Amino acid sequence: MTTHEQFAEDLPLYALGSLAGEERAAVQRHLAECAACRRELQRLEGDMALLALSASGPAPPQRARQRLQLAIAREPRPRSVAMRRPWWTLAPVFACAVLALFSILLWRENARQRDRIEIWKAQAEQNQAALQQAKDVLALLTAPDAMHVTLVAAQSRPQPAAKAIYLPRRGSLAFFASNLEPLPPQKTYELWLVPAKGGAPMPAGMFRPDARGNAMLLMPRMAEGIEAKTFAVTVEPEGGSATPTMPMVLVGAGQ
Amino acid sequence: MAELYDRYAPVVYSVALRVLADTGAAEDILQDVFMQLWRNPAAFDATRGSLAPWLAVIARHRAIDVLRKRRPESDLEDVVVSVDAGLDSATERRQALEKIRAALANMPAPQRQALEMAFFEGLTHVEIAARTGEPLGTVKTRIRAALLALRKSLRA
Repeated sequence: MTTHEQFAEDLPLYALGSLAGEERAAVQRHLAECAACRRELQRLEGDMALLALSASGPAPPQRARQRLQLAIAREPRPRSVAMRRPWWTLAPVFACAVLALFSILLWRENARQRDRIEIWKAQAEQNQAALQQAKDVLALLTAPDAMHVTLVAAQSRPQPAAKAIYLPRRGSLAFFASNLEPLPPQKTYELWLVPAKGGAPMPAGMFRPDARGNAMLLMPRMAEGIEAKTFAVTVEPEGGSATPTMPMVLVGAGQ
Repeated sequence: MAELYDRYAPVVYSVALRVLADTGAAEDILQDVFMQLWRNPAAFDATRGSLAPWLAVIARHRAIDVLRKRRPESDLEDVVVSVDAGLDSATERRQALEKIRAALANMPAPQRQALEMAFFEGLTHVEIAARTGEPLGTVKTRIRAALLALRKSLRA
């Protein structure tokens, strides 16, 4: 039976590499289970490293250095090159991709906005035209210097007359009168709407004719949705009345 | 790498030359050891020892492999050398080496020869016994005694 002491004796030889075959294998087996011997082996190896260091001889020739440099130059760089690129070296690539995507989105959004603007422009132009027409109509109707000519049957004298244009669903009303008799002071003409569903006549606005007997009411305040049976004009005290004062100066029924 | 080479090439070369006694073969070892270190710098574990003794041990292993015409047995990574004495500074190293040389000079010639044959020529104790004509036990004892003497001188 081989004891620890025997192995311990063989250890220096093992460390030197002087054991071979079964002797060597036996020491290896013992080392695997003996911490003390492993420590001793370590110390022996340390001692022998110093022994190796003691073998100082001549320095290697310069050509050996050049040879190594050549070999290293031919060698692909180890590790550092083979190493995976750290993630942040890809950051510019990601940034570019994000920017590109962002640009495409912006471009598309921009195109959409341009289309929208075109539509708005067309609409605005239409609105502008419509508005201009309305303005022209209104300007014509309200111009104090516009000619107002009432045409009646030939060989009859012009009579006081008026035309009311009424759109019940919107409560819109335009009223034009001509050849009205001049009013005494502190009097006013008042237009009345007589509802189709019955009830008291509703005041629809007051007006005074100009020197030529013309008068106009444009879009007075009216409730929406009141069907009219009749429009009538009376003469009222200045400031208007709650109910019409007879007689009616003008009257007309809707068709 | 150039700096490492300039500092440690003499160690590797000297050991290889001592073992192989052939400058061309020693240069091959030098080239081989440094190329391996270049390819795999992580093989040297700086936390477990200093570079000089590690390189010396590697150089010895490689040179003996060449001498005995066998394939390299150990990888760089398998070689771990821990030296008790502080060896990091050149001064410390020089002092340790002086002790070793003194111990070698002071030991009986047969002891020293046995140790050198085993260490630098990579001979087994059986081969040493055959070469010197000494009994196996005597060779073993001499080698052990020589290593003990070395240790004593280092711990002194």
